[in-house]
Amino acid sequence: MLFSKVAEYYLKRLLPTTLLTNNVRSHFTYYPTVSGPGKTMNMFNAINNAMDLALQNDESALLFGEDVGFGGVFRCSVNLRDKYGKDRVFNSPLCEQGIAGFAIGVANTGTTAIAEIQFADYIFPSFDQIVNEAAKYRYRSGDLFNCGSLTFRVPCGAVGHGALYHSQSPEAYFAHTPGLRVVVPRGPIKAKGLLLACFRDPNPCIVFEPKTLYRAAVEDVPTEYYTSELGKADVLREGNDVTLIGWGTQVHILLEAAELAKETLKVDCEVIDLVSILPWDTNTISKSAKKTGRVIIAHEAPLTQGFGSEIAAYIQEQCFLHLEAPVKRVTGWDTPFPHVFEPFYLPDKHRCLTAISNILNF
Amino acid sequence: MFPAGPARRLLQRFAHSISGALPRPQPAKEDPRPKEELRYVRLPKDFQLHLLPQMTGPDLIVPLSKVDALRYYRQMVALRSLETAAANLYKERFIRGFCHLYSGQEACAVGIRAAMGEQDKLISGYRIHGWAYMMGVSAQGVLAELTGRSTGCSGGKGGSMHMYGKNFFGGTGIVGDQVPLGAGLAFAGKYLKDGSVALALYGDGAANQGQIAETFNMAQLWQLPLVFVCENNNYGMGTSSKRSSSNDKYFKRGDLLPGIRVDGQDVLAVKSATKFAIQHARDKGPLIVELETYRYGGHSMSDPGTSYRTREEVQRIRAERDPIKIFQTLCFQHALISQDELMELNNQVKAEIKAATKAAILDGEPSLPDLWSDVYSGPYEGPLRGAIGDDLEHLRLPKKSTN
Repeated sequence: MLFSKVAEYYLKRLLPTTLLTNNVRSHFTYYPTVSGPGKTMNMFNAINNAMDLALQNDESALLFGEDVGFGGVFRCSVNLRDKYGKDRVFNSPLCEQGIAGFAIGVANTGTTAIAEIQFADYIFPSFDQIVNEAAKYRYRSGDLFNCGSLTFRVPCGAVGHGALYHSQSPEAYFAHTPGLRVVVPRGPIKAKGLLLACFRDPNPCIVFEPKTLYRAAVEDVPTEYYTSELGKADVLREGNDVTLIGWGTQVHILLEAAELAKETLKVDCEVIDLVSILPWDTNTISKSAKKTGRVIIAHEAPLTQGFGSEIAAYIQEQCFLHLEAPVKRVTGWDTPFPHVFEPFYLPDKHRCLTAISNILNF
Repeated sequence: MFPAGPARRLLQRFAHSISGALPRPQPAKEDPRPKEELRYVRLPKDFQLHLLPQMTGPDLIVPLSKVDALRYYRQMVALRSLETAAANLYKERFIRGFCHLYSGQEACAVGIRAAMGEQDKLISGYRIHGWAYMMGVSAQGVLAELTGRSTGCSGGKGGSMHMYGKNFFGGTGIVGDQVPLGAGLAFAGKYLKDGSVALALYGDGAANQGQIAETFNMAQLWQLPLVFVCENNNYGMGTSSKRSSSNDKYFKRGDLLPGIRVDGQDVLAVKSATKFAIQHARDKGPLIVELETYRYGGHSMSDPGTSYRTREEVQRIRAERDPIKIFQTLCFQHALISQDELMELNNQVKAEIKAATKAAILDGEPSLPDLWSDVYSGPYEGPLRGAIGDDLEHLRLPKKSTN
């Protein structure tokens, strides 16, 4: 069949080039968002700026996590301890469950708590605290108590060499928990805006920051205080033929696939950055699905029970009669995140382009 | 006949000039049998004990035979060279990702392994290249796994943090989660009555994980034959033990569990303490051994290791507390090894590591079907679901022998 031939062709071309050379730095090209004048920053600068503004404007704000004192392993918190003092920016011991529980307790008093989990792969010891305590606090106390001033910052996603425990994207596990907000920025401007919005938001938030974008994503970021709207998806490229939905790093791969689709397949793709995983922008997505009739969702996390399955279920439920083809998901395989096979595991532009080609020929 | 007392002594003093008939000492005949060359070494530092009566701790006088001395020296040099080779491969980008080096901590692995029995089991975290080598994986198996080749000890699928061997259960990326597993290994040993003891290794950073406190309780409650070994290299990533732990005496943190603190740079001290600990775990119950050691490198190759500690500190430890230098000096002092023998061992190790490095670069990569193999023990739902073409057959790879 055509698609397996295409897949085979691309795989055969990838196999010699990526394995013999060690030049696979990143599997994507970055597409910066332009939003007016600002200071040229990469994503960790922007996050640093956001936390600086938060600590400045909010007397109660605290930042803690493993190794944040000296700047953090991704340099997101450089200079903050020197500026705001050891009692506001401090290291925690190596205990994610303790960090999460402690953060929830701090947030209970109304203090703005910014808790960093060093890698998303390490969030699982704190899963119980987040799901059973943070998410349910307001509900179970009849709105007497809440931990809304809590935000978790969690570096996630493939980075090119992270292997099993430094590359995971666990957003789907948390999307399954009502009571939480889960967001994923695609670049510096979005990261700063989402963080500042989450710090203000009266619900416990988790910001999954794609770690490969910390250095690779460079944009002109406005230096003043601003927030991005939570729960709103961004349409990055308009088109009438196919809707491509993604978040975080995957957005840039979809943008490139859309360009390739325009060149080679002569079709216009609409690319949407979902931004918010929970609650997610059902309006923008269904509007686009009804317009194009063909939807492809792409994410790094494995296929089964990835967040794409929720979007696909919703679209077929709400937009069935408008669909020209079944909703297609291009995702990581149903295996643990691999060690050497990362280029084959990730839903890169070749697989996305093949999916576009298939959905058009359904 | 001979005069007694002072007169005799006077005579004896001048005997050489009076009598040529007194027997002269003859040179001893050369004994053709090889000498056993056994020394008894008094360890320089006492052990610090917790909940163990003072005189009942590990032996402070340790026997050291020439054979053992050569073996420990060779093993420590091999570990050092292995990690140096790994660092070089990393800098040349043959190894990518996260690579946590054991340089500086060699005495811990060599000393513990020397005291372990054949049936004893060990589990550790992610700083395990040295441990894989000590537990029987060849240098090629380790380096090829780091470079992701099919001849690596996990078939190229695990990488730096996931190496396994006989009675060596790895090999994990998540800090501290190996310790409850160690309790399980110990329980199996007790249940199956095979006389084995399990050793669960963790670091000073991991010591603050809740699951380790949970394991202390389970081990003591069920009297598991488990030795907790805290390799305290003073830093958990970028946070020193003093800044992460309210009580940095990790050997005392097991509540009712006894504890021993050992100079982790002294291989004989580590061996003596481990021997004692294994015996204790088998007969009297679990305990904690804290090894005071140091890592020269950063937390991993992505961490320069100088943003949270000074270069002078690293250099000072290299000069004063290097395990290989300490052991070498000891062997020379006791006239146990000669310079030539050391050179010979160094050359052997160099050749071994060189061959392994070459293989690590030139060996073949794992084939693409390995990506979707061994997720489960068998294909349970037909083709493994994927995004393009539902045609990936789940495979179960034949078990590779631990090489």
